[in-house]
Amino acid sequence: MARLIRNAVTMLLVLTVITGLVYPLVATGVAQVLFPHQANGSLIMHGDKPVGSELIGQSFDDPKYFWGRPSATSPQPYNGTASNGSNQGPTNPALHDAAKQRIDALRTADPGNNAPVPADLVTASGSGLDPEISPAAAQYQIARVARVRKLGVEQVQQLVAQYTQGRQLGLLGEPRVNVLQLNLALDQLSAK
Amino acid sequence: MTANDFLQIGIFLVVLLLLIKPLGSYMTHVFADQPNRITRLGGGVERLIYRICGVDAGEDMGWKRYAIAMLLFNVCGMVLVYAFQRMQQWLPLNPQHFPALSPDLSINTAISFVTNTNWQAYSGESSMSYLTQMAALAVQNFVSAATGIAVLIAVVRGFARKTAKGIGNFWVDLTRSTLYVLMPISFVLALLLVSQGVIQNLKPYVDVPVVQTTTYANPVTDAAGNPVKDAAGNAVTKPAQLTTETLPMGPAASQVAIKMLGTNGGGFFGANSAHPYENPTPFSNFLEMLAIFLIPAALCITFGEMVGDRRQGLAILATMLVIFVPLTIGVTAAEQAGNPILHSLPIDQHASALQSGGNMEGKETRFGIAASSLFAAVTTAASCGAVNNMHDSLTPLGGLVPMWLMQLGEVIFGGVGSGLYGMLAFAVVAVFIAGLMVGRTPEYLGKKIEAYEMKMASLAVLIPCALVVICTAIAVMTPAATATVGNPGAHGFSEILYAVTSATNNNGSAFGGLSANIPFWNVMLGVCMFWARFMLAIAMLAMAGSIAAKKHVPASAGTLPTHTPLFVTLLASVVIIVGALTFLPALALGPIAEYLMSAH
Repeated sequence: MARLIRNAVTMLLVLTVITGLVYPLVATGVAQVLFPHQANGSLIMHGDKPVGSELIGQSFDDPKYFWGRPSATSPQPYNGTASNGSNQGPTNPALHDAAKQRIDALRTADPGNNAPVPADLVTASGSGLDPEISPAAAQYQIARVARVRKLGVEQVQQLVAQYTQGRQLGLLGEPRVNVLQLNLALDQLSAK
Repeated sequence: MTANDFLQIGIFLVVLLLLIKPLGSYMTHVFADQPNRITRLGGGVERLIYRICGVDAGEDMGWKRYAIAMLLFNVCGMVLVYAFQRMQQWLPLNPQHFPALSPDLSINTAISFVTNTNWQAYSGESSMSYLTQMAALAVQNFVSAATGIAVLIAVVRGFARKTAKGIGNFWVDLTRSTLYVLMPISFVLALLLVSQGVIQNLKPYVDVPVVQTTTYANPVTDAAGNPVKDAAGNAVTKPAQLTTETLPMGPAASQVAIKMLGTNGGGFFGANSAHPYENPTPFSNFLEMLAIFLIPAALCITFGEMVGDRRQGLAILATMLVIFVPLTIGVTAAEQAGNPILHSLPIDQHASALQSGGNMEGKETRFGIAASSLFAAVTTAASCGAVNNMHDSLTPLGGLVPMWLMQLGEVIFGGVGSGLYGMLAFAVVAVFIAGLMVGRTPEYLGKKIEAYEMKMASLAVLIPCALVVICTAIAVMTPAATATVGNPGAHGFSEILYAVTSATNNNGSAFGGLSANIPFWNVMLGVCMFWARFMLAIAMLAMAGSIAAKKHVPASAGTLPTHTPLFVTLLASVVIIVGALTFLPALALGPIAEYLMSAH
């Protein structure tokens, strides 16, 4: 028995060193050499200043920007230190009310647009940090953004197309549009 | 369901089935008694570990000694994980200066990671230091999976050996699982994940200025940090400006890789595999799903090869698929149909070339319906528990599927090792029932199944069932527990049932609306995780010890062949009937009631 206890303790310590220190540190080293951009958060840099990440969404509610997925993180939306979904059940009246409020906000920002709103634009994402919206959700907002920014619809259409990714390898996942990158590009276009 | 939904399920299964034959055969060699190419390759490191730990690798343990070694190792692991959490404020690699976690939460997390459950009542990015994540939690991701594989291999040896006293050496099985199987695959997987955008660094969190300053309602807190409430009981808020965003950092990829591969499922971040830094692309998602099923499925091949008849393993694999595929289609169809309570609003939930449509609450755009539903089925069929969408927001029937997959006892692929030894318990029950029908002593894999084996198999099948039903009843009678539900009505009950189901079957996923970080849940779920995991493992080791000692009976005309479609049907029926009889009443009060109400 004493021998088994000694075996157990030393085995745990040795495996802790191997799997808990050597493995993650070697992985970090190799990842930093092979994929430094991804390993450090896929940051979008302006000069040497990070202005965001390709992978983490930001909150937008100005009509001149494309809006992303609603975020249920607290206290503020898109809180990078508290990722979470709403966890509202499918029959929770609060889910219905939140969707209704979001539709109202979208319609107030874009009077006259009475098209049905794409589902992803009025439902909270799983992480609260979803960087992307569906192409349908982007299409829904193009006329508004073009009007507020006094840009041609086709110009904005083109920009959306540029930041749209299809299914990965043609098969996996869903087509999507990166909201932060699209909005940064819009600001650049407007600044010209 | 759309054609693409079927396509994504199809591709997943095809790639999985292509990979498991080579991996399964590889593992047969890893655990072989005779030295071979593979064990010679790593022999130097292996022997060094045995020398440091004073292990006699040649010792063939009886089942009791094997079980004691397994228990001692895991209890030591709990103590170490507990200690890391309680002392992290004094230890290095804590750039965000997180304080120690509370004692009850630390115990819960320690049991949770050691038992391969990875139920999380905490949120990683706001509570765990990098050192705790790496050297406490990720280590258990490895060794809890290795424990599962070790116990399975010992059970399979019991069937493979004839009139033998021992069932192998726990230290050797543990070391080989970690060194030859889990570490190399994890390392490659971690790098593949980084290439997709999973982070892997030791840097402090990065603050970036936001593109558009927005205002939000910030809750007011008093001097003690408690939220202030007005006369009506609502939280008082005041408008605040949001000008910067904090991007979390850390060694995520190395941990995410083993979290999937070891069917652990504990997220580096709170949102788990829904988090874009933990699962950034559809391809990373595909890899993560594949990693969940890879070892549990390949072990079916290993099992067949070790008992000397590949068809035995394929029959088990076929049984798992027969149950898995229809349930996966079920959850996908339910989610693709969308949420009925949103039908009254001007919302477009239809699938088109421009959107996946469906019930998108709690789902990420890049995964849509197909990749989210498939993930939900995979992670609960296996006892992984990682999530790429919030299961609490699944439609009533969509949420029923993951819950029931866990309630079947985590044997549809199940945990690494534990899924297959659980399924072998069901196989023993199945041959026993068949034996009753024809009035012959049942045999499985050339060994007579007698009273002792049946007792152990029954224990393994019934312990989780009993724990779930009894502990759910205790919880719904406890005001402190019912106060933590996050949704009204039948769904609130579903949250409780899901939590107890998940903990007991060592899955770890949650209906996350439940505020589980209270002493009642931390302690009760801790008890469920511990007893279910170790009583099951010990019962199976006891059966292995008894079976190893038996002599081989040659198959006769009266022997039920256990590699045929007939046996697959019989085994699947036993699994489904036990799961349905035990849980249908409880499910009727939760998801089924909710479905009937939402259909109006």
